[in-house]
Amino acid sequence: MALPVFDYTRATSLEEASKLAAEKGDKAVLMAGGTDVILLIHAKAIPAELVIDIKEIPGLDEIKYVEGEGMHIGALAKLFDIQSSPVVEEKMPALCDAARYVASPQIRRKGTMAGNICNASPSADTASILVAMKAVVKVYNVKGEKEIPIDEFFKGVKKTVLEPGDVVTEIFIPELKKGEGSAYFKHSVRKAMDLAIIGVGSKITMDGSKITDARICMGGVGITPLRAKNAEKILIGNEITDELLEQAGVAASEECSPISDVRASAEYRKDMVRVYTKRAVKKAVETMA
Amino acid sequence: MGKRVIKFTLNGVERDEYVQDNMTMVDFLRKQMNLTGTKRGCEEGECGACTILLDGRAVASCMMLAVEADGHEIVTIEGVKKDGVLHPVQKAFIDKWALQCGFCTPGMIMSALSLLSENPHPTEHEIREGISGNLCRCTGYAKIVEAIDAAAKVMAKEVAE
Repeated sequence: MALPVFDYTRATSLEEASKLAAEKGDKAVLMAGGTDVILLIHAKAIPAELVIDIKEIPGLDEIKYVEGEGMHIGALAKLFDIQSSPVVEEKMPALCDAARYVASPQIRRKGTMAGNICNASPSADTASILVAMKAVVKVYNVKGEKEIPIDEFFKGVKKTVLEPGDVVTEIFIPELKKGEGSAYFKHSVRKAMDLAIIGVGSKITMDGSKITDARICMGGVGITPLRAKNAEKILIGNEITDELLEQAGVAASEECSPISDVRASAEYRKDMVRVYTKRAVKKAVETMA
Repeated sequence: MGKRVIKFTLNGVERDEYVQDNMTMVDFLRKQMNLTGTKRGCEEGECGACTILLDGRAVASCMMLAVEADGHEIVTIEGVKKDGVLHPVQKAFIDKWALQCGFCTPGMIMSALSLLSENPHPTEHEIREGISGNLCRCTGYAKIVEAIDAAAKVMAKEVAE
């Protein structure tokens, strides 16, 4: 089947990409790996007249860890390279896990983490962990650069705060300090090539045996990745016990509002949120720096 | 409608080709280059039948525009045999009976090649993960895994020699 008609252009600089995208407004679409964009064009879900390919813009594919700061993941770094990066595995293994959960090796060798969040599927595997880890999305625009906290990034199903002319250049994830750990779990029918029924990302901070901070984010249970704020409150200030984990799991399952669809019923999703919230908190604590 | 000339390497040969902007790589290969070894399956990146190598790494050619190949290197199943001699992965698929209907085979082989270049000594689990984006509806996975394992051993021996 042929794709709908569109023009293609390869941007060679951020400035060029941003200017063109701003000019064309919603008739243009930015493409990096293309594994979501081509699918959306194929399904006629976006009215693209112009595809602006940004993947040859130099300097955007780096994965760099800065001691005392955190992880800088260039917008063009492929999911496959994130998953197999020794420094990501060492410093933030939960990011590797989340990257590895996306689609298939063929898609991950082309697709990017930035693309995964820009596509803004509520069940995107890397979204929940990035929310839990309090990532910052760095954006170039000819009108000025901005840094968007990930908590403000998602606006709805396939909707983000990005405006025409905005080009994501980097995802920054603050370092895990001593006493901090993070984890991501996905629950799906098939291991490969399947969207998550639900996913849970966590970041837990502890002082001795007491939890001093917690961020939990659930995927696939609302129109955007959703923070489990009640569950976080239950955890903070307390010592970790099986009972506390269960209470947090129950709270998380009660504060999400999933739909029933072909993958699972709403009830099942809620119960899996309970189970996976416990696992994600436990693993974050076990793998703590 | 946008059209342009792209310069790229296809199966080891440098080429200039006139392509339509909205043509996917799998359609370009099959319709314009008459390379029908790359199969068109689901057309949404799920089945892996259209897998090719882009700069040496396995990607789904239905989730790629032909124009993206400009300046890059593409290898399809037709380019795997060298000087009339089958690649060890191809030979292992025959020796181990790793195919029935054959529709998934080109994609499986391209994924196997990519895996073995990234990880020359994969475990069974790693082989299974390596082909996790390729569906075989004849349920031949066990034989396919055996074939890739056998090919890895042959290739390791060749490197040692």
